[in-house]
Amino acid sequence: MTTGLSSPLAICLALLAAWGVVGLAGMLRPASLRFAGRTLFPLGALCGAALAVVAGLNIAAPPEQIVLLIGLPDLPLHMRLDALSSVFLVLLGATSTGISIFSAGYFRRGQGTLPGLLCLEYHLFLASMGFVLLADDAYGFMLAWETMALSSYFLVTTQHRIPEIRSAGFLYLLIAHVGAISILLAFGVLQGGTWHFTFDSMRTAEMKPAWATAAFLLALFGFGAKAGLVPLHVWLPEAHPAAPSPVSALMSGVMLKTAVYGMLRVTFDLIGTPAWWWGLILLMVGLLTALYGVVYAAAQTDMKRLLAYSSIENIGILFTGMGLAVVYFGVGMPVPGTVALVAVLYHALNHAFMKSLLFLGTGAVLHATGERNLGRLGGLIHRMPWTAWLTLVGALAIAGLPPLNGFVSEWLLLQSFLLAHEVPKPFVNMLLPLGAAVLVLAAALAGYVMVKFFGVIFLGQPREARLKDAHDAGRTERIGLIWLAAGCVLLGLLPTRVLPTLSLVPEQLGLSVGTMATSSWWRLVPLPDRGASYSPMIFLLAVAAVIAITVLAVHYFYHQRIRRSAPWDCGFVRLDARMQDTAEGFGQPIRHIFQPFFTLERELPTPFDAAPRYRVTIGDPLWRALYLPLGRVVQRGADSLAWLQQGRIASYLLYSFVTLLTLLALML
Amino acid sequence: MPLPLDLQILNALAALLLLLSFAMLSQRRIVTLVNLLAFQGALLCAATLLLAWRTGENHLYLSALLTLTLKVVFLPWLLHRLIRRLGVYWDTEPVLNIPGTMLIALLIVVFSFGLAQPISELASTATRNAIGIAVAVILLAFLTMITRRKAMSQVVGFLSMENGLFFGAMSATYGMPMIVELGVALDVLVAMLVLGVFFFQIREQFDSLDLHHLESLKEEE
Amino acid sequence: MNALDWVTQLMEVVAALAAAPLLVGWVNCCRAWLQNRTAPSVLLPYRGIRKLFHKDAVIAEGASPLFRIAPYIVFGAMVTAAMVIPSMGTRLPFTTAADAIALVGLFATARVFLSLAAMDVGTAFGSLGARREMMVGFLAEPALLIVIFVASLISSTTSLPAIAEALATRTLGVYPSLAFTAVAFMMVLLAENARIPVDNPATHLELTMIHEAMLLEYSARHLALMEWAAALKLFNYTCIGFALFIPWGTSTGDAPLALVAAIPVLGLKLLVAGAVLAVVETVSAKLRVFRAPEFLATAFMLAMLGLLVHVLLGA
Repeated sequence: MTTGLSSPLAICLALLAAWGVVGLAGMLRPASLRFAGRTLFPLGALCGAALAVVAGLNIAAPPEQIVLLIGLPDLPLHMRLDALSSVFLVLLGATSTGISIFSAGYFRRGQGTLPGLLCLEYHLFLASMGFVLLADDAYGFMLAWETMALSSYFLVTTQHRIPEIRSAGFLYLLIAHVGAISILLAFGVLQGGTWHFTFDSMRTAEMKPAWATAAFLLALFGFGAKAGLVPLHVWLPEAHPAAPSPVSALMSGVMLKTAVYGMLRVTFDLIGTPAWWWGLILLMVGLLTALYGVVYAAAQTDMKRLLAYSSIENIGILFTGMGLAVVYFGVGMPVPGTVALVAVLYHALNHAFMKSLLFLGTGAVLHATGERNLGRLGGLIHRMPWTAWLTLVGALAIAGLPPLNGFVSEWLLLQSFLLAHEVPKPFVNMLLPLGAAVLVLAAALAGYVMVKFFGVIFLGQPREARLKDAHDAGRTERIGLIWLAAGCVLLGLLPTRVLPTLSLVPEQLGLSVGTMATSSWWRLVPLPDRGASYSPMIFLLAVAAVIAITVLAVHYFYHQRIRRSAPWDCGFVRLDARMQDTAEGFGQPIRHIFQPFFTLERELPTPFDAAPRYRVTIGDPLWRALYLPLGRVVQRGADSLAWLQQGRIASYLLYSFVTLLTLLALML
Repeated sequence: MPLPLDLQILNALAALLLLLSFAMLSQRRIVTLVNLLAFQGALLCAATLLLAWRTGENHLYLSALLTLTLKVVFLPWLLHRLIRRLGVYWDTEPVLNIPGTMLIALLIVVFSFGLAQPISELASTATRNAIGIAVAVILLAFLTMITRRKAMSQVVGFLSMENGLFFGAMSATYGMPMIVELGVALDVLVAMLVLGVFFFQIREQFDSLDLHHLESLKEEE
Repeated sequence: MNALDWVTQLMEVVAALAAAPLLVGWVNCCRAWLQNRTAPSVLLPYRGIRKLFHKDAVIAEGASPLFRIAPYIVFGAMVTAAMVIPSMGTRLPFTTAADAIALVGLFATARVFLSLAAMDVGTAFGSLGARREMMVGFLAEPALLIVIFVASLISSTTSLPAIAEALATRTLGVYPSLAFTAVAFMMVLLAENARIPVDNPATHLELTMIHEAMLLEYSARHLALMEWAAALKLFNYTCIGFALFIPWGTSTGDAPLALVAAIPVLGLKLLVAGAVLAVVETVSAKLRVFRAPEFLATAFMLAMLGLLVHVLLGA
């Protein structure tokens, strides 16, 4: 518990403060794009990289705490750095480095917000996320949480002159605050009668099971609202497309993971011994979210909405893994529970890199073409090769193809599902394999979504004439993309390095004994008595060797002549770019198969139309069934309270008088 | 630990029974539905014979004979006759679409299996593991009755439910007392004859055997 | 890992490469006989591939480098898959690097690259084929994974050779869960390899194509590699079926004689499997494209039933 100036916790806090300073420096010359882009964002990237390094080196160390003397009297800010925080700090630092480098070359003038102000909001967002990960008492946590919500709101509404963006920001802020209230209530329950709000006292507080369940459900609601669990997901598909792409990348990649961190912290650390049946709730909510997200993603026509729904799917997968871990730990099977928990952490890391890479790719496309609609893109691989190939890495990673990183976390999760039939509870040992089936379905659909995403945007022929003038990403943008793609590849090839580090987290939380056995530096064996192993490097070598031998053999034995000609048109000579599959067309099988999930409105052409049109609008049934009625109820309640606003001074004086009388009566 | 051969065959027959219930859920041709019912009866007869041979209880042989005459020969013949006279061959519009029905069926199977696990611990027969399958067959037959429109399919569902009940009794307690079994068989027979007459009445009234026409019989305010 | 294991591994790859077109030829022969036609030579696929290698590659004007790279990647994925599947022996060194789930991932990689290459040219047929292939794939892949899940529940491992060994050494009996999953696997095999009833491999009507539509633009050596890869896929799937359901006859790494004896056993199994496939194809009619998801959903349901029956009955 050192509090020296060179302790890792102090260094991390200093780096977070450095982010704040960089942000404030942006206000020195608010209108200068060059200052923000050339100097400040790269500085922020450097701080992020340093944060990742410090936190990464510190994962194995015992937890340390600091009490900062800022804050209200009697409520100082407690900070703590332990293995769980370090893992997420690595996530924050490493991902934000790539995103900040990209942003250095990305932001343009004239979007409605001054560059300096943007720099301030951005770095404040980063710093507040770091503080959320380090907070060790409820007050500090909520302070950082609110700052995170507010700064991201301002970032989302960067282009505030557009009304849709303003309403998206409003929805986001609304649900963020509803969630924050729930988290606050959860902390209120967690203090367990001691009326001390530090996490230390919450860890040692004794709670009756009913109260523990209440705290868990409140925390699930609150963190779920921020993470985007169904049915609290409605803000995600609005806010992520509305924000500029680096901000979407930060929100999808990092901010959603802070909600996952919060849930992990509350369930495994603050409550300590989760009941096994909470895991079933987490599992069901997670699987529903995963399926919902990916099915909607397959039906989208806006590239950023597609990615937003894909984020919802991955959050669902994360909560499924969490649920599985809770079930295993609750029934006393710590070995598969550890595997599940480590799979959750790994997937969080992976998704941060993969999704940020994809969002930044769409940012480059947006800059080059000005289009977000998939129906107006196409064939961009010719004009934007760097962006295309790097985005391909991200797309293949999310689809879960070996040897990239998405496959590793999926593999780990499936391995831990394999022991599900040994759970000693009667229904659960059959429901869990059913859950595995749904998970596998969602993963397969993710591949579908990524083929649609990459194929419609980058492959084929350009659907609009002006796409021929698209330019590739600039130099700094390329560096950011390369950083993230390299992260994806490295996380995929080196799981034997990452896994023992991640398995320190359950060990430190007291859930498991001994780190997960891995037999050597090149081979991953999570469950030693099961004979399942995976070695991405050898796998990659084997595939590369086979391909290389094939290429060499074909070159050696046969000629390499190529002729170019027109594509096969089946005799119809006027085949043009509009006859390719559209995004709606590509999503049509999914819409057809999963019809109950959607509310579809179709406008079909008739033979008598002068200008025939076909329009399909996909609505969210939860919006209509849940939110609109809720909104009406709130509106009615507010209207009925409106009579309090009489408008006459006499009534307001009367209110103050009555309050004064009541207070005097209470005091006596 | 491998089971003796006859128990393995019994387990296989149980699994086939479950498969048949699923097949009946998704079948659109009514003729095939009745044939599947007959096949289910045949499987039950085979299972009863095997069990009779294994345990040596003689009343099970009688049971098997009863099953054979009633469920494999007589009732399917009666149903086929009805189908020909009424002219209903297809039941193409289930209440819920087929994949949705299958999903609910799967959940029902999980529920029955889970329900049956503690009961299986208490039973003392060799086939106690198959109690879960029996419960699943009963519930799936109930689901068939719910999701069908034509009256004929609902009758098939009812008979399949009775098959499941019979199988459950067999696997839990080596068959019901003979009196109970004869009584149930007689009930089923009488029900079939009455329903047969009933179908003709429905068709005369509504010109179709689609059961949602019966909804028009309720009073309007 | 002694030398015999490496020899087994090498032999399996060579056998896969050599025998895959033969299997396709044999299936075509059987189909012709069943349809009362004169059969072409069994070696016809070899001649076809060789002919294609000699031709000039004609590439569409709008195609990107992805189009030219994809055949190599697909071929590489299929050959690597052949390295994981225990067709002749169960001691394979490479399977410490990739287990059954990675195998499914390899098939997914091939499918994704095939679809991307089809979308690359920008014609209506390619993207239609890509969409349909991904639709078949996203339902077939979970069914295949559940089948492998059931097998790994029975044998407590996900490494395919270990599964084969465990299933081969079990006492002979009636296992209903395996029966269900066998039917489900057969349906997945038909769907993934573009066989009737899901897709007609001999069709030339573009609007009915699923797999063929993606090969429409390929020619010469690229088409040769793609055709070979498709044959390899059928071979791989058949060998996975053998490993899961008919695992006897493979060598277990203790005697070179067993390895030599495994070759005619494999040949016999492939002969019978090809004939059965031809019978199934001749007896069924091709489904409408939108009945294909129902077909695969049935396969998925059967695999799930097999899983549940295994958990309940322990068989």
